[in-house]
Amino acid sequence: MTPVIAARGLTKTFGDLTAVAGIDFEVASGESFGLLGPNGAGKSTTMRMVGAVSTRSGGDLHVLDLDPDTHGPEIRSQLGVVPQEDNLDTELTVRDNLLVYGRYFGLPRRVCAERADELLEFAQLTEKAKVKTDNLSGGMKRRLTIARALINEPRILMLDEPTTGLDPQARHVLWDRLFRLKERGTTLVVTTHYMDEAEQLCDRLVVVDHGRIMAEGSPADLIREYSTREVVELRFGSSRNAEAAERMGGVTERIEVLPDRVLLYADDGEAVVEKVLALGLEPTTSLVRRSSLEDVFLRLTGRSLIE
Amino acid sequence: MTTTTATTRPAPRRRSRGGVRALYAGNAGAVVERGLRATRSGNWVIVLSGFFEPVFYLLAMGYGLGTFVGDVTMASGETISYAAFVAPALLAVSAMNGAVYDSTWNVFFKMHFGKIYDAMLATSIGPLDVALGEISYALLRGGVYALGFLTVMQVMGLNLAWTAFLSLPALLLVAFGFASVGMAVTSYMKTFQQMDWINFVMLPMFLFSATFYPLTVYPEAVQWFIKALPLWHGVELVRGLTTGELSPAMWGHVAYFVGMVVLGVAFTTTRLRALFLD
Amino acid sequence: MTTTSTPTPTPAAQRALAAGALPRRFGWWYVAEAQLRSMKAYGWTIVASGVGQPLLYLLGIGLGLAAFLDVSVAEGPDGPIDYVTFVAPALLVTAAVGVAMDEFTYAVMSGFKWRRLYYAPNASPVSPPQLATGVVVACAGRMLFTVVVYYALMVAFGAVGDPVSGLLIPLVGILGGLAFGLPVMAYSASIEDDRGQFALIQRFVFTPMFLFSGTFYPLDSVPIAFQWIGWISPVWHASEIGRSLSYGSAPGSWPVGVHLAILLVMAGVGGLVAGRIFTRRLRG
Repeated sequence: MTPVIAARGLTKTFGDLTAVAGIDFEVASGESFGLLGPNGAGKSTTMRMVGAVSTRSGGDLHVLDLDPDTHGPEIRSQLGVVPQEDNLDTELTVRDNLLVYGRYFGLPRRVCAERADELLEFAQLTEKAKVKTDNLSGGMKRRLTIARALINEPRILMLDEPTTGLDPQARHVLWDRLFRLKERGTTLVVTTHYMDEAEQLCDRLVVVDHGRIMAEGSPADLIREYSTREVVELRFGSSRNAEAAERMGGVTERIEVLPDRVLLYADDGEAVVEKVLALGLEPTTSLVRRSSLEDVFLRLTGRSLIE
Repeated sequence: MTTTTATTRPAPRRRSRGGVRALYAGNAGAVVERGLRATRSGNWVIVLSGFFEPVFYLLAMGYGLGTFVGDVTMASGETISYAAFVAPALLAVSAMNGAVYDSTWNVFFKMHFGKIYDAMLATSIGPLDVALGEISYALLRGGVYALGFLTVMQVMGLNLAWTAFLSLPALLLVAFGFASVGMAVTSYMKTFQQMDWINFVMLPMFLFSATFYPLTVYPEAVQWFIKALPLWHGVELVRGLTTGELSPAMWGHVAYFVGMVVLGVAFTTTRLRALFLD
Repeated sequence: MTTTSTPTPTPAAQRALAAGALPRRFGWWYVAEAQLRSMKAYGWTIVASGVGQPLLYLLGIGLGLAAFLDVSVAEGPDGPIDYVTFVAPALLVTAAVGVAMDEFTYAVMSGFKWRRLYYAPNASPVSPPQLATGVVVACAGRMLFTVVVYYALMVAFGAVGDPVSGLLIPLVGILGGLAFGLPVMAYSASIEDDRGQFALIQRFVFTPMFLFSGTFYPLDSVPIAFQWIGWISPVWHASEIGRSLSYGSAPGSWPVGVHLAILLVMAGVGGLVAGRIFTRRLRG
């Protein structure tokens, strides 16, 4: 089966700045694909090229077997886009936002109305249908933006940082809705700089940094390949972390010193903690946890994802 | 007397509403200073540009239309040039426009979008400091414009009497009147659409208040209606001073604006209490 | 001639090609529809100013000022013209220009910046030039309401020489509004930060244009040093066309075709540049 998105050597430059430096990836129909990376890694630029609102500077790109350079409107007719910043019409009611947006796709008013009611139900906003959009909470606005992106029954739903700025509860509600879409077979393309989000939503992801793909695989594969099973986080106080790390030299193979803590990578975390204590070191706090994509990213780039 | 019967029961403890002290910290100056700094670091060109509007009107109407109008005969029977007739009206109009803009749109924007007052009110500054500070800043700005335009009038020979210099304090009074009422009105406004209605009050005042021609062209009933509106009083007051056509009726105009100031400030204070303290 | 065998599109591509057909043709209309719908939020302002403004201006300037003037200000082909008849076409054009000032300054900028409203249709099949066209069509719709009401009141005030040929005056008003509005729209789309540019346009373009475009007295009666303002002013060109439709051209005035050509060029160039800038900003 042909992929719904196929990029080869995809490049985007703005003057001297190279935002995307020749990346290759494919997304299969029904797959949930993630682009993980820090701010400025080139994720949003990639999304804009796939969304046919930014022309590529080089390489090859096909979306639904069409070239965005020549078939922009056709491609966009099959996409649902959830931008990083909400751009709802805050002066319209919740339902009117859906109706107006549906018309941009040339959908008949009757179809827009039917789908609007279904989508309000799906986004748990039926009771807010007649409320001015301005008066919604952040999480509700986000859900409305997603509902709006679904009005044309898109083949691919593209979400740029879908839960940035939301409180934990609102994030979980949103993930739940996206998970349902996934179950129905909608192809999802998600950018995020949150590991938990990537782990929740993505079947497969690429780690992007400085416009290049650093690694690719399922979240579990990536962790297996680039990290250990467990991680020990020790804090000695910000002035003493580096010194303590030096003394722990032989305890495990890989040690990372961050400004506020020391990370020790090992398959058995408790054993490492015991070795550290045996050295006579006294961390103020110690925590053993499972490895996450954050650790993968740290390994790949030497940097933390969230500054 | 029934008041004594209440002594058996302790008087209900009402939280003190704090009078004016709760609203006013005596620091309106800090608000004015902020305004000046914002002007200096920001759009001083725009602030400066406000001076040109009445000058354009003076050229287009006073001189341009003036070639067709010729001279205007005043109540005293004396004739003056059309430019000398229109110029003081433009002064009053620009005092009104500036004061209303500053106390309505400007305040509305800062209140609902810039969130500037939220930051101010988190300090020891009270709402009345903000109100008085904004009004004072508006008057300062309006005063500078008025001085500029009076200078233009002087150069063009449109100040016909020594009393013209009294029009500066007169204009400040006019502006104060409009600003204090404007601020009271703005405290009720919630949307941009409501703000648009302010223009519907301003436009007829501008067109009909003896700005470009004497009231005598209207039927008697219309004249009385216009005389009830504030701008007409402002125009007549300033025109009397720059042309030297003084009359005791001018005290009436002054009283009108003093009344506006008193009512406007009292209303604003009540509203601020309702908005911020209750 | 080369024969290239075009492969049959895949089902996914076929579905996309079918769905793209309507928006490719009518995308501009979908945008106009949405814009008109959002105008409902300030519908009362549009109606009240649409009716109130002409009423006030025709009363205040057309009748009040006219009663005060005792000499004739303007000539038609057959001698002096009533003052209100002379002023009315210019007032109508100014009203259309005022609508343009409303719809093509802050509103355009907030589409790109504050409220980012243009980025929503941008992700749909609608193209940036279609988006710009839709915005213009909706604004022209609002202008149409304003100038038709204006014209009706002009006729009621007896301010039109020939009410039949005068029926074209509303269209001239819209053309004048767009000749001013489209270049302004292009400018508004090009600026990234509001540093008071619109306030300056209001003070140094809109107001002088209203005052010095032969609005209140014939342009040739002002000193030559000021006449150029009229020559480059859409208000003057549109007013002159309006006057000749109402009561005929005054002796010595420019041919109507020249005024029309200038307005069309202003609107056309403005519209093209605006379309380019919309594309540049939305497709970077």
